[in-house]
Amino acid sequence: MINLDTPDVILKVKTAMNGLAASLLRPVARKYDEAEHEYPTELDVFRGLNVMGGPKKKKDKAEGGEKDKKDKKDRMGTNLGTVVTVEEMCWGDAGLMLSIPNAGLGNAAISAVATEEQKERFGNKWAAMAITEAASGSDSGSISTTAELDGDEWVLNGEKIFVTCADRCDAVVVWATLDKEAGKRGIKSFVVEKGTPGFTLAHLEHKLGIRASDTGTFVLNNCRIPKGNILGSAEIKKTTEGFKGVMKTFDNTRPMVAAMSLGIARAALDFTREKLDEAGVALDYETNPNNQSSMQKDYLWMEANLEAMRLLTWRAAWMADNETSNSLEASMCKAKAGRYGTLITLKCAEILGPLGISREYLAEKWMRDSKIMDIFEGTGQIQHLIIARSVLKMSSKELK
Amino acid sequence: MISFAPSKEQKMVKDSFAQVVRDLVTPAAHDMDEAGEIPADIIQKTWELGASISYVPEAFGGDGMEYSPVLNAIALEELAFGDMAFAVAATAPSLFITPLLDFGTEKQKKKYLPTVCKDQYCVSTLAVTEPFLGFDVTSMKTTAEKKNGSYVLNGTKCFVPMAGRAQDILVAAMDEGRPQLFVVSAKNPGISISEREKNLGLYALETHKVTLENCEVPAGDRLGEAEGVNFSRIMQKTRVGLSAMATGIARASYELARKYAREREQFGEFIGQRQAVAFMVAEMAYETDSMRLLTWKAASMLENGKDAAREAALARMYAGEMSMKICDYGVQVMGGHGYIRDYPMERNYRNARGVAIWDAMATV
Ligand SMILES: Cc1cc2nc3c(=O)[nH]c(=O)nc-3n(C[C@H](O)[C@H](O)[C@H](O)COP(=O)(O)OP(=O)(O)OC[C@H]3O[C@@H](n4cnc5c(N)ncnc54)[C@H](O)[C@@H]3O)c2cc1C
Repeated sequence: MINLDTPDVILKVKTAMNGLAASLLRPVARKYDEAEHEYPTELDVFRGLNVMGGPKKKKDKAEGGEKDKKDKKDRMGTNLGTVVTVEEMCWGDAGLMLSIPNAGLGNAAISAVATEEQKERFGNKWAAMAITEAASGSDSGSISTTAELDGDEWVLNGEKIFVTCADRCDAVVVWATLDKEAGKRGIKSFVVEKGTPGFTLAHLEHKLGIRASDTGTFVLNNCRIPKGNILGSAEIKKTTEGFKGVMKTFDNTRPMVAAMSLGIARAALDFTREKLDEAGVALDYETNPNNQSSMQKDYLWMEANLEAMRLLTWRAAWMADNETSNSLEASMCKAKAGRYGTLITLKCAEILGPLGISREYLAEKWMRDSKIMDIFEGTGQIQHLIIARSVLKMSSKELK
Repeated sequence: MISFAPSKEQKMVKDSFAQVVRDLVTPAAHDMDEAGEIPADIIQKTWELGASISYVPEAFGGDGMEYSPVLNAIALEELAFGDMAFAVAATAPSLFITPLLDFGTEKQKKKYLPTVCKDQYCVSTLAVTEPFLGFDVTSMKTTAEKKNGSYVLNGTKCFVPMAGRAQDILVAAMDEGRPQLFVVSAKNPGISISEREKNLGLYALETHKVTLENCEVPAGDRLGEAEGVNFSRIMQKTRVGLSAMATGIARASYELARKYAREREQFGEFIGQRQAVAFMVAEMAYETDSMRLLTWKAASMLENGKDAAREAALARMYAGEMSMKICDYGVQVMGGHGYIRDYPMERNYRNARGVAIWDAMATV
């Protein structure tokens, strides 16, 4: 039965996570915006906490049983729990959230496809994800980093840019091709551990926002890794199913990015609201918006959009929890939240006037942080492309 | 727990309304708009589905179902997907019935509900909007003054749906500074109902100006009598209903654009194969969903007995702006063909404007 009223379980998680974000992240948000590339030692308390819903230990079946089924209705699924948590964490600080140990994108990839043996070896490592190359951004199927089997080892060559957690991670999931001719079918992912000869962190970026998150370039120069470090099968299949399988992890990560955007936008709105209150500008939901000041009307409009971003995001996560295919909905929430998060934080900085520009406050920072949400994990345009192909029932050949 | 999936019952209601819309409303929508008239048999079909009276207790002539704001939203979206004018006309009696159920005294319910809960479609309606710039309920100019044990109403209302056929009209007026509702018989000598209004959109919907000149109403016809009504609650329900209808229009435009983008060829391929068109269709898709989710959120809260003033206001604001944007995109995707009255897109564009300003009706 349709019921979009926020249940108490979610409110409880929200409150708890907001408390964590308010006490651990928000107080040092400015510090690490200014001290770019410095490791935020305050985040060490998260080690082993698993707040971000990393790899879960399988529950003993005997433990659950009948009761498990009965309770299922009242429990919140993992994906929904994650997006609720991510929103709160990013309300605290998005750059810092991206730096929470052992919660990298690589970890998500490993827990999705790794064998038991690989989970054993890599499960406790902080893993980044390296897909992007200088010549391959949105067109991730065109990457040119290569992997060749030589005896019991893979030999990797190439260069990866814009890797999140590049400095802080223990290992990187690297996308490479076994056969460039095979296109997407030839692309596989490999776990490369830090300290492997031929694997070097060449450079860290200086960025517009999320400066607390370290973004870097890796060079792979005849880098040899064990044969068993490939994720999934080494076989080049006739179809692109394998590549599509990898892309499926985006169905889980896109709602997370949407939730990040949501968290930042809400931070900006909460702050704006506080300042409006201080200035004696009350918000009024009964009066015709056209009879209110432009500032009030803008605020209501942003609030409505924030609600839309959240509901689209929760829907995508809820569908994943209920094992319903959500590729379309995941792209929808990412498209909406990526774009409107940016618009909201820009508008808040405008409404706030001098308070929106001064580095004494965080509004100018949220405006900078937010922009990345419309870029990584597939740009806004790429999300629109995916949605359009889906609703127009067109292939990637028909709609380029 | 939170759920985005409809129950069996919700699916059934959606399907039954969708079927009437598909079989009867959509095929007739163009002619209804041109003629400015809705065939009685189609309205009657919808009436029989219980669009307005199913949740009235049996004792008062209804079906005794539980009132569900979510089910209501689902039904209204389907009706407006077919045609907005039709949706308002078919459900106008509920504008009278719902406040009566929520705030009427037993005596008032007994007196008035059976007059609208009949086998045949019949009308009583609600008059809130007033013809001046920036109207909203808080700035309403119609007044009710107590004189010798009755109320005297003065003021002008506009866009009152189906007023020409109404038996009774719930009139909103300021009573000691607070908005209240009064049941006014259409036969009351102090009320005059104008010729049909001519509007930008919703040609098929009959709307009228209603003027109250020293209109005397017995004290017992103030809704809720001494208690009165909580206007905010009434607004919450009507705003959710309006948002649901706006979602229906938006969905209609989206579906038309989606189809057209796959059929129309220019430069040797379908126009939907170009990103400039495809991305508009994509945006129409997720914004229509956003409208629906905001509507359902407010409806869910009402269903759980919570105050949804904020959520209903946000849903309404979003629905008003977005339905206009989506219909604008829809006309754009169809180019010149979107501008021609032979195609339904043109009608959606005009009708959506009405929704965006119609809070107002404070309501629908
Ligand atoms: C801070 C940060 C962190 C990142 N973290 C990671 C990470 O951890 N791992 C990783 O692998 N990558 C990461 N990235 C890379 C990110 O995913 C890419 O930047 C992104 O996918 C876009 O690629 P690009 O920058 O090459 O832009 P391009 O692909 O060159 O795009 C440029 C513009 O063209 C548009 N465009 C491209 N193709 C199309 C098309 N077909 N139709 C319409 N428009 C199109 C894009 O939308 C964009 O507006 C990160 C980037 C940043 C900035």
